[in-house]
Amino acid sequence: MKAFAELYANLDATTSSNAKLAALQGYFRQAPPADAAWAVYFLSGGRPRQLVPTRLLRDMATEASGIEPWLFEESYQSVGDLAETISLLLPESTYTSEDGLAVWLEEKLLPLRGLPPTELAERLPALWAQLDQPSLMLCIKLITGSFRVGVSKLLVTRALAAMAELDSKRVAQRLVGYTDLSNRPTAEGYLKLIAAESSDEHAQRGGQPYPFFLAHGLAQPVEQFDALLGSPADWQVEWKWDGIRAQVVKREGRLWVWSRGEELVTERFPELHALVSGLPDGTVIDGEIVVWKDAVQPFALLQQRIGRKTLSKKVLEDAPVAVLAYDLLEHQGDDWRNHSQAERRAQLEQVIAQCNQPVLLPSPLLTGRTWQDLARQREDSRKLGVEGMMLKARDGLYGVGRTKDMGVWWKWKVDPFSVDAVLIYAQRGHGRRASLYSDYTFAVWDGPPGSERTLVPFAKAYSGLTDEEMRKVDAIVRKTTVEKFGPVSSVTPSMVFELGFEGIALSKRHKSGIAVRFPRMLRWRQDKHVEDADNLGTLQDLLS
Amino acid sequence: MDLVIARPEGLYCPAGDFYIDPWRPVERSVITHAHGDHARTGNTHYLAAAPGEGILRSRLGQDINLQTLPYGERLVHHGVTLSFHPAGHVLGSAQVRLEYQGEVWVASGDYKVEPDGTCAPFEPVRCHTFITESTFGLPIYRWQPQAQIFAGINEWWRGNIANGKASVLFCYSFGKAQRILHGIDASIGPILSHGAVEPLNRVYRDAGIYIPETLYAGDFKKNDPLLRQALIIAPPSAGGSTWIRRFGDYSDAFASGWMRLRGTRRRRGVDRGFVLSDHADWPGLLWAIEQTGAERVMVTHGSVGVLVRHLREKGLDAQGFTTEYGDDEEEVTA
Repeated sequence: MKAFAELYANLDATTSSNAKLAALQGYFRQAPPADAAWAVYFLSGGRPRQLVPTRLLRDMATEASGIEPWLFEESYQSVGDLAETISLLLPESTYTSEDGLAVWLEEKLLPLRGLPPTELAERLPALWAQLDQPSLMLCIKLITGSFRVGVSKLLVTRALAAMAELDSKRVAQRLVGYTDLSNRPTAEGYLKLIAAESSDEHAQRGGQPYPFFLAHGLAQPVEQFDALLGSPADWQVEWKWDGIRAQVVKREGRLWVWSRGEELVTERFPELHALVSGLPDGTVIDGEIVVWKDAVQPFALLQQRIGRKTLSKKVLEDAPVAVLAYDLLEHQGDDWRNHSQAERRAQLEQVIAQCNQPVLLPSPLLTGRTWQDLARQREDSRKLGVEGMMLKARDGLYGVGRTKDMGVWWKWKVDPFSVDAVLIYAQRGHGRRASLYSDYTFAVWDGPPGSERTLVPFAKAYSGLTDEEMRKVDAIVRKTTVEKFGPVSSVTPSMVFELGFEGIALSKRHKSGIAVRFPRMLRWRQDKHVEDADNLGTLQDLLS
Repeated sequence: MDLVIARPEGLYCPAGDFYIDPWRPVERSVITHAHGDHARTGNTHYLAAAPGEGILRSRLGQDINLQTLPYGERLVHHGVTLSFHPAGHVLGSAQVRLEYQGEVWVASGDYKVEPDGTCAPFEPVRCHTFITESTFGLPIYRWQPQAQIFAGINEWWRGNIANGKASVLFCYSFGKAQRILHGIDASIGPILSHGAVEPLNRVYRDAGIYIPETLYAGDFKKNDPLLRQALIIAPPSAGGSTWIRRFGDYSDAFASGWMRLRGTRRRRGVDRGFVLSDHADWPGLLWAIEQTGAERVMVTHGSVGVLVRHLREKGLDAQGFTTEYGDDEEEVTA
């Protein structure tokens, strides 16, 4: 546990990828395989279900700290991280357990799940007393499932590959599904990750998908595209769909559907099971799951469906899904990722035609003589319910993660919607922004200028400001606070921000009657007075 | 009758007609210590504890109208008996004890309860009403013994030398810097100080406090091999400036009580955060308040609401005082 806590502290303390890589390698070199197995699991985003309900954890920590609950709450508001708060409040331990990560998880932490509160009240303080502050914070993060640290899966992959002297694409392939809930990290499993290459590895892949190839944002003006990208003829152009990125794997007479988070989601989309008979064994398709009724439907519909535990007949009728296929990764049992984009596309179209199922559609190709021509077509994005365009190099291979060495995919998104809104509530943030007022609620006027009107909240946003701006906003919030409701402060309206968002829909749950997607701050309009902010009418116009 | 009340100009003693650490210019000021938010220019008369004279004059001007009083010595003004008592915060820092018609108030300014060798240690003073700061007024703030922190700094410095890197340590230039210089192992390598720190080192040395030899950082060129071994003490404002570039490949660290939290540590964006404060931690505040025996406590700058509520729950008559004192742990003006 101590070694993993040190690794965490090292990773947390630096922003340099090289330093992180060195820290990871240092850890993996000395860690026993059973501990390393769990470390890989957590570092690449694995999260066991919560072991102890948060409420109980808080109560017990408050009790063990010997402070009043309100004082615990104040401390938490200031720290912004529950695990850290608890670790700072509990009596300091003079003794530190020598047990490794695997022993801690398998023998001490995982068995806590489902225990009655009385039993937990006995066990938890005894466990806490064995850990110094950094290890204690980590332990609580593991208990609550809130472990996060600034390393990408790619970096973990690179560290393992370098240590085992393997191609990092091979390690990435082996890591797919490693964090799925059904997988329990073991020493054996870890040793397989770093084992030398074997000849039958491809044959034993079961339902494994391939690591997803991810796109990069393209924000330059279209005038620069010729210089940047060359001729549009060298690019495969498609709409950028607003759905769930997924791989459909058909092997050994079975079908698996994996989401981009490498989570197995086969059961959530029963209509896709029709593909078992349509696709030949040894086929893997990359595409987007969308709600489809002769045309793509808003993401909101898909979202409602994902949230359901059981899919009623009505839901399946109201929100039927289809896969808009855009890539072929495996064909006739062979890995096709090293074929060019153009070849993969041609073969994909044949596979789709032979499959002949309405739930598997090709993502249509777009053509334009010039980039300007494509830019004009892109203006229809909102009307068509897409986020913009995808540009894929026709001679590019299918890479691993967010890489550019094999080929490149660009996402050329349309500009977000934007309105000028007034900051009316602020809340202190978490983690790096702990104790800073960094999460804001924004409002627009409910009537045009000159009328008697009030501000109606419609969106929350916490990203888009520089640290410097945030400190300034924080200072203003503190000075203009009118009232406090727990961690939230209402302020005298004085600050106007240009708020950007991707989508807008009617909503019964919001006071304003409107819900926006991915709201964030584009600019602090220090030049604008609150009277100049937009009103509900502006938002309603965007709806049509 | 209240011996001290909050006025727009500062904390005011009506019976004695003077202010304690006023933030607007006044006729008579009593200064607890020389940090910029407590000692400001523009007052007609200054009264401070004798050990603070050098610092006060170096910061506010040699020609200020300053009267000093040794710790513990009494002075009567308009019937109010005034005396200074060590606050353990920085060199010359004092608590102000006021006695009038049998009523005793103590205004503590800023204080720290752990003795550090660079100033007279905090001395609890019995009183009826105690005016306390609350900079770190939350139970999450608990300091490690300073010996551990200095050991950590030494270890970091040695590690950097081994890696051929300069060690840049940011801290408040008055008090914190000298405390660190006094506490670290100066045999590890050369020590350089920033132009904002050096004059204060001199004042400390003049007061007979051990501060190891320091070199003026501005005298060194970027390629000087000595820098690879050096510890450089600089105010936080020097970070990100052109001044810092001369140190080439360096590791940086920040010493402040706020470094206790991961969020502030990350926001600061330095390689290391050392949790070292010249203010009392939560147990320190509670201990100091208890030692005074005061039944009434006035809480100034920091976590006012939290400390007031906590003290009330313990049966004390506590209330908040609105002041304009800042946060010298973060430092804006050096």
